[in-house]
Amino acid sequence: MSSRGSNPAHPSSGALPASRSERESTKGRTLHADPNAARVGDEAGASESHAKMRTHALSAYFGAAQVLRSIDLSIAEKRVTAVIGPSGCGKSTFIRCLNRMHEVGPGARAQGHVLLDEQDIYHASVDVVRVRRRVGMVFQKPNPFPTMSIRDNVLAGLKLNGLRVADPSSVVEQALRQVALWDELKDVLSRQGTSLSGGQQQRLCIARCLALEPEVLLMDEPCSSLDPIATARVEELMHALRKNYTIVIVTHNMQQAARVADFTAFFYMGQLVEHDRTDVIFTRPKERRTEDYITGRFG
Amino acid sequence: MAQHRTRLVVDFCVRALCLLATLLALLPLVSVLGYVVVRGAGGLSWAFLTELPKPLGEAGGGMANAIQGTLRLVLIAALLAIPAGVLSGVYLAEFKHTRFAKLARFCADVMSGIPSITVGLFVYGLVVTATRHFSALAGGLSLGFLMLPSVARTTEEFVKLVPESLREAALGLGASAWRTTLWVLLRTAAPGIAVGIMLAVARVAGETAPLLFTAFNNRFWSESVNEPTASLPVAIYTYAVSPYDEWHRQAWAAALVLILVVLLLNLSARLVVGRKVRL
Ligand SMILES: Nc1ncnc2c1ncn2[C@@H]1O[C@H](COP(=O)(O)OP(=O)(O)OP(=O)(O)O)[C@@H](O)[C@H]1O
Ligand SMILES: [Mg+2]
Repeated sequence: MSSRGSNPAHPSSGALPASRSERESTKGRTLHADPNAARVGDEAGASESHAKMRTHALSAYFGAAQVLRSIDLSIAEKRVTAVIGPSGCGKSTFIRCLNRMHEVGPGARAQGHVLLDEQDIYHASVDVVRVRRRVGMVFQKPNPFPTMSIRDNVLAGLKLNGLRVADPSSVVEQALRQVALWDELKDVLSRQGTSLSGGQQQRLCIARCLALEPEVLLMDEPCSSLDPIATARVEELMHALRKNYTIVIVTHNMQQAARVADFTAFFYMGQLVEHDRTDVIFTRPKERRTEDYITGRFG
Repeated sequence: MAQHRTRLVVDFCVRALCLLATLLALLPLVSVLGYVVVRGAGGLSWAFLTELPKPLGEAGGGMANAIQGTLRLVLIAALLAIPAGVLSGVYLAEFKHTRFAKLARFCADVMSGIPSITVGLFVYGLVVTATRHFSALAGGLSLGFLMLPSVARTTEEFVKLVPESLREAALGLGASAWRTTLWVLLRTAAPGIAVGIMLAVARVAGETAPLLFTAFNNRFWSESVNEPTASLPVAIYTYAVSPYDEWHRQAWAAALVLILVVLLLNLSARLVVGRKVRL
């Protein structure tokens, strides 16, 4: 909150200062970085994109146990970035650090920097609530609100933020259409959110998140409880959302990563092993460990 | 085959034992209820529910003032204990690992073990001696003290039962901490908390000891909460220890009314559970 008060040029969506140098001069806390650091995919030459988010020396802990070790990763704007790696390697922890959800658990803390539009979201002056509005999250397990109807679940994000909605019905319809639930559910919108099947619940949670129109969408294995048809729909959805949103998806499904992601990051035992264009990761990875993992030799 | 037979026999025996135990547990409840109904039903009448007590020696009359008094005392207690209890329960659940929460939880547990007559004495010293008269306020306050720990602890337990994933869902949507607590945690835990409150109300509705020297008694309507007030438990006590047969009859009827009031509160609690949203 105070950051906005003292710094009217706060680069929220749509109000980005014109150039990088200007952005850095308006904020003393921006990390110094070489001019190419904010570019993703330079190594491969093509599909260059501005970095929406960037982590710098990001470490995460549960009590004394360190589960992320100094992660440096750029997340390309309006692209899909997949995070892959064996179970327990810290994928969920990593994306939870991207909207400061990691620190919610008891004893959990994060160290280092996560830049969103070049502003450190771990800076003391940053309003956590605002960060989470801009960086939405779909959790590994579907978690619709049991006290609310399907309709209210979709609107929950707006209501919990104290926002007035001019036309709630159209918000609900649009959000549910995006996740291909509208035709299934349009006549039962007053049913309890938890009365849906697991896959429907997960899509409802995605709709709830989309209704808030975040800038970045974090998805933690969004398809792990979905059937192939619903999975295909979510993948189509990601493809469509890519025009306006920056998406980070955790997945155990290599084919899915290959299908939906522009970039893929491979994590292993709390470390970022390799991050590159998806086709590069899957066809000619630089690291032996990456190759072993994607060819199924371990994990 | 033989094994199968043994299993069936064992199964049958265990079932029978369970059924027997349940029946035994129900026995006191049924017999108390039955006895009160048998003794009290005769004294119940429209007049009993709507009229004031008659002067000694005259037949008839009722306990309308005591019924009103009990409802009034319970209302005061609820108004005092529910907000304080629910809020402190939320505190205990949300800051469960802090030192102060541990201390408060310990105090609540000690407080729920304190004999109710001690609470009455405390309120007597605190309020009655200061204001120099008995009053419904003092009575309600002592009942409120008795409700407080159980409301706080049930609220705590039910808020803790709300899955962590729901809190994360709300926080992940950018909800502030207080909105998360209010709209997600409390709302999800509400049916359970409501049951806890009903049970606490039902329990204090039958308290006699703390009322003896706080609300005292009154043979007439009490005009305000600042006056001594009749209540069903105290009326039952007074009438039951009197030497008059007519009063004994009325004490039984009053006991029946009290049980009905408590039962009504319990039933409404069950109704809430029946409609409860799954966690
Ligand atoms: N609440 C917790 N307390 C302590 N340690 C935890 C906690 N949650 C996770 N961990 C540990 O942190 C490490 C990373 O966990 P994380 O959930 O990020 O893994 P993941 O890569 O998402 O795994 P999966 O693919 O199974 O979801 C694991 O070793 C796990 O044991
Ligand atoms: Mg995970």
